[in-house]
Amino acid sequence: MARIQNIIGKRSNWSFPYAVFLILFVALPMVLIMGYAFVKEGGGFTFSNITRFFTDSDALSTFAVSIEIALETTAICLLLGYPVAWLLANSKFNKSSITIVIFILPMWINALMRTLATADLFNMLGITLGKGTLLFGMVYDYLPFMIYPIYNVLRRMDPSYAEAAQDLGAKPAKVFTSVTLPLSLPGITSGIMMVFMPTVSTFAISEFLTNNKIKLFGTIIQENINSSMWSYGAALSFIMLIIIGLTSLLTSSSEEDNVAEGGLI
Amino acid sequence: MKKLFARLYLGLILLMLYAPLIFIAVSSFTESRVLGNWTGFSTKLYSNLFSGEMSNSGLMSAVNNTLLIALIAALVSTLLGTLAAIGIFHSRGRRKNVVMFLNNIPMVNPDVITGVSLFLLFVFLGVTQGYVSVVLAHITFCTPYVVLNVLPKLHQMNPKTYEAALDLGATPGQALRKVLIPQLMPGMVTGFILAFTMSLDDFAVTFFTRGTVGLETLSTFIYTDARKGGLTPELRPLMTIIFIVVFALLLIFNIRQERAAKKKALLK
Repeated sequence: MARIQNIIGKRSNWSFPYAVFLILFVALPMVLIMGYAFVKEGGGFTFSNITRFFTDSDALSTFAVSIEIALETTAICLLLGYPVAWLLANSKFNKSSITIVIFILPMWINALMRTLATADLFNMLGITLGKGTLLFGMVYDYLPFMIYPIYNVLRRMDPSYAEAAQDLGAKPAKVFTSVTLPLSLPGITSGIMMVFMPTVSTFAISEFLTNNKIKLFGTIIQENINSSMWSYGAALSFIMLIIIGLTSLLTSSSEEDNVAEGGLI
Repeated sequence: MKKLFARLYLGLILLMLYAPLIFIAVSSFTESRVLGNWTGFSTKLYSNLFSGEMSNSGLMSAVNNTLLIALIAALVSTLLGTLAAIGIFHSRGRRKNVVMFLNNIPMVNPDVITGVSLFLLFVFLGVTQGYVSVVLAHITFCTPYVVLNVLPKLHQMNPKTYEAALDLGATPGQALRKVLIPQLMPGMVTGFILAFTMSLDDFAVTFFTRGTVGLETLSTFIYTDARKGGLTPELRPLMTIIFIVVFALLLIFNIRQERAAKKKALLK
């Protein structure tokens, strides 16, 4: 009894239930993706599911389109979102910390519903659904994810750096390019990751925004899983995981501080 | 002049962000089945929503499922995540790193991957997918956010208070309830709200783990509806109401936080 008391009393042991949960619901599923992707039915290692992807012209072109759309969405979000974050973090233009909430609030409404409304809005305005409307919808869906991390970094930035540059004679443009912009890089990389990762993997959204004209990679994964082609679906998921892994490696150092800030409330 | 430009720009972006929401809200006041068709002002969709007219469409049961799943997932995640955060805070070395690494995976993973991987897990284990699998899946992607919201509170508090409680004769359970939890409460509340809203919003993970028993949440209902062509019109008033509630809650939450921060600053 005293022994059990001791084990429970030691606080480092309190993460044990979650550790078991993580092994079962996070680690094992990841292993299973690789298992289904690389193990033949009946056992034995195989590359056939991966090579199938590289000879599947449909999947390859969808993959290329997904990367392209995700890159374009991320670039547009950065161009539109940076000025918003900068203005909101600048006390000359905005004094309240509530304004940012208004900019990230649409995220709390069901994304599918918003997407469908966007598509219907385009229909009503007589705009043909296609790549343009897809990009608009994606930017609309993910812009808050770009604004928020950049805003956070800019707001916490010590204004005396910019003031010092100014006092030393730098013009506003120079102050921005050599002080503010470099110091806000952690926010930018975090924003890029938070926009790129979900856009490259969305499913359903692009079909609704383009009237089924443009299919993205996430949808191919879903179609294979739903038609019981688990091994190929798992192989495609594995390829997606590699893309995600590479992206997060490129941006990992800055991302942690932002998430640790306490999320998006 | 500069200020005018700034306002104009912010206004334009806000208009873009809110246009679809305003569009839904406006068209919730007309009876037309097609979104974007104005057939005169009417509050019929609202009265349909509340009069039980919708009881056969599956919309109301989808709403109930969504709320119940979100509530259970958020509660379990908050308990599991808080305990885990305390454990992580007090452990060192490899054990801490492994738990933190695994904890990060559901946050970095796209929904589709989380969904597919859990689908494969339930297939592999031979678990029939339905309510339970969806709730478990939601706990999986919600708990990491609780952990990350509770950890900073542990850094802020004095770790000696727990030991003091034990020295004074409290059991670990009592010390947890009476000493630790009150101090961690703000982080737990934020974690709970995040978990709840993420569960409410989820589509992809639910889609892959709900199985074939006909379980619908609001997201899957909307998806199925849109696939069939044409959304159930009553979704418009429902979304409008949700939007207003969320808007009000978030504003209150943040205004209170800002006031508290200002008070703190004044006291210093």
